Amino acid sequence: MTAFPAAARKELANRQLRSNLRNATDTIRAKRARVVDEVPDWEELREAGQAIKADVLANLGDYLVQFEAAVTAAGGQVHWARDAAEANAVVVDVARAHGVSEVVKVKSLTTDEIRLNEALAAAGVHALETDFAELILQLDGDWSSHILVPAIHRNRREIRDLFARTIAPDVASDDPAVLAEAARLYLRERFLAAKVGVSGANFGIAETGTVCVVESEGNGRMCTTLPTVLVTILGIEKLLPHFADLEVFLQLLPRSATGERMNPYTSLWTGVTSEDGPQELHIVLLDNRRTRVLRDDVGRQALHCIRCSACLNVCPVYSRTGGHAYGSVYPGPIGAILTPQLVGIENAPSLPYASTLCGACYEVCPVKIDIPKVLLHLRAKAVEATAPPGERLLMRVAAWTLATPRRLSLARRVAAQAQRPFVRRGVIRRLPRPIAKWTRSRDLKAIPRQSFRAWWESRG
Amino acid sequence: MRVALFVTCLGDTVVPEAPKATVTVLERLGHEVVVPREQTCCGQLHLNSGYRDMARALAARFARVFAGFDAIVSPSSSCVGAVRELSPEVAPRVFELSEFLVTKLGVEDVGAAFPRRVTYHPTCHSLRVTRVGDAPARLLRAVRGLEQIELPRADECCGFGGTFAIKNAETSTAMLMDKCDAIEATGADVCTAVDGSCLLQIAGGLSRRRSHVRTVHLAEILAAT
Repeated sequence: MTAFPAAARKELANRQLRSNLRNATDTIRAKRARVVDEVPDWEELREAGQAIKADVLANLGDYLVQFEAAVTAAGGQVHWARDAAEANAVVVDVARAHGVSEVVKVKSLTTDEIRLNEALAAAGVHALETDFAELILQLDGDWSSHILVPAIHRNRREIRDLFARTIAPDVASDDPAVLAEAARLYLRERFLAAKVGVSGANFGIAETGTVCVVESEGNGRMCTTLPTVLVTILGIEKLLPHFADLEVFLQLLPRSATGERMNPYTSLWTGVTSEDGPQELHIVLLDNRRTRVLRDDVGRQALHCIRCSACLNVCPVYSRTGGHAYGSVYPGPIGAILTPQLVGIENAPSLPYASTLCGACYEVCPVKIDIPKVLLHLRAKAVEATAPPGERLLMRVAAWTLATPRRLSLARRVAAQAQRPFVRRGVIRRLPRPIAKWTRSRDLKAIPRQSFRAWWESRG
Repeated sequence: MRVALFVTCLGDTVVPEAPKATVTVLERLGHEVVVPREQTCCGQLHLNSGYRDMARALAARFARVFAGFDAIVSPSSSCVGAVRELSPEVAPRVFELSEFLVTKLGVEDVGAAFPRRVTYHPTCHSLRVTRVGDAPARLLRAVRGLEQIELPRADECCGFGGTFAIKNAETSTAMLMDKCDAIEATGADVCTAVDGSCLLQIAGGLSRRRSHVRTVHLAEILAAT
């Protein structure tokens, strides 16, 4: 994985991307703020969401077993997958058993996380993305840069050109309705022909074995009702204890995510219903290091995430760099705390530092994940695992210097002397390493002649 | 009241104007200011960089040095935030200056005069960690001759973030440039805030752009007559 600073540098150079992102995140932010402000008990809803998720994680084993029993009783099959390979193998086996060369897919981060499409392709099965934005990315060999708006970095002219090259040679304009119609015509036949559908899920209900997908376009409804076989990949943290808990989350999620009071499509299914919908239902319960995250009593709250992406839309870092800089299917502030825990901090040590700790993410999180706190926690782990010796030494010297006023004063005097060749009219325009990066774009106020301490003592 | 000034390491060494002005304001209001000699740093730098043990050692030192005081006041919200996180034993007695004046003392008019057009940048930690609310704006409203101009996208980070400014220099700069654009768009002469560190970043950006806007710590405005 490319370290965040280098990946971000590349993205920052793209001015079009920055203005696309800025416009898009501004719009969603404003919509979210409007529909959140109108809910009088929003804080109580957040508290409830947090409490329910904490309960799920504290009793996850029991809820999973309860969920499995309920799904099985309703005629579904449950598969337990320790990792990506095991989960992918289940889907490949189902596709093979039914002899299909294509499956239709609902937008799902969990399947992106395990690279299901690549695994299916290796087995000769094409996984057709049916979400509009995911379809765009798939047609162009691109990848998602936002949890909810995966093609947020693309504009409509680019999409028209792409469609003209691929699925709709006659596409007339870049009007959103025209583009949507082109995708609709292309997808509708594939929905009708598909025998196997694949989905992720927003929620799984332990009490009833019900699975819930929340979406805007209706493609999810198609994928989960038209095929005769349905495979759903469910991260184990997505469980809720009771059906009634949906009351909380179906208020929190759409308002936080798209800034809507209610999302257009909420699909719920429980096992198999004779002569209605899929007649064969597989649910894959995916661990993929989630149980390891669970062991960390500070970090585990990242598993509360309901993938609303409110934290991305308010993040001053994300809105400058976009999602690709995070090098993961989970970008933005939540990605900065989730990815290092899922892939191991030693494999993503720069991500917890991809934040100014401004706290905007925590303020909007519908389940009150204290992202700044987890960032600090993971920074400490990153230091333990991979801190460069130079940095560690510098920090030790700083700690030593700051340990007594005498050392601090001495360091100040030394720095004041050392800065002299660089100071012009009270500011420094160019500094050597390791702080050259400051003066590449900013001036630095020179250290003044008199410290506060000296001034105070001079007052007598 | 006897008030212990928490100078902060940055305030002592690089931006002494802010703690000096804090002394002026508190003394003008009739309080006795003491400066515990042994103070250095609250541990924020190390905490935010992932060096927890070193941060804890500095925080323990901070708690010892300030153990005997009922009111500890600092012109830095992020340092106050770090104390509240790292030194719970002194946390209830530590205040950021504007918070201390407005919330604790109930004072909004400190007798200051500053005839300039001023825009206020609410720093992230003052908004979301220390939660000083509208205390700085109230104080500014009572300053004679001062015209307050609202900053567009005020609650957005300036891009400082401690070592973030170096580790992620390009991203930090992108944020800073947007902040400088917003500040210049107000037509103000002065940008103020309650954190010297954020002001160092903003001043650096404005200075490099050869902007006419100056940065002045809130304490300095309140000290001006």
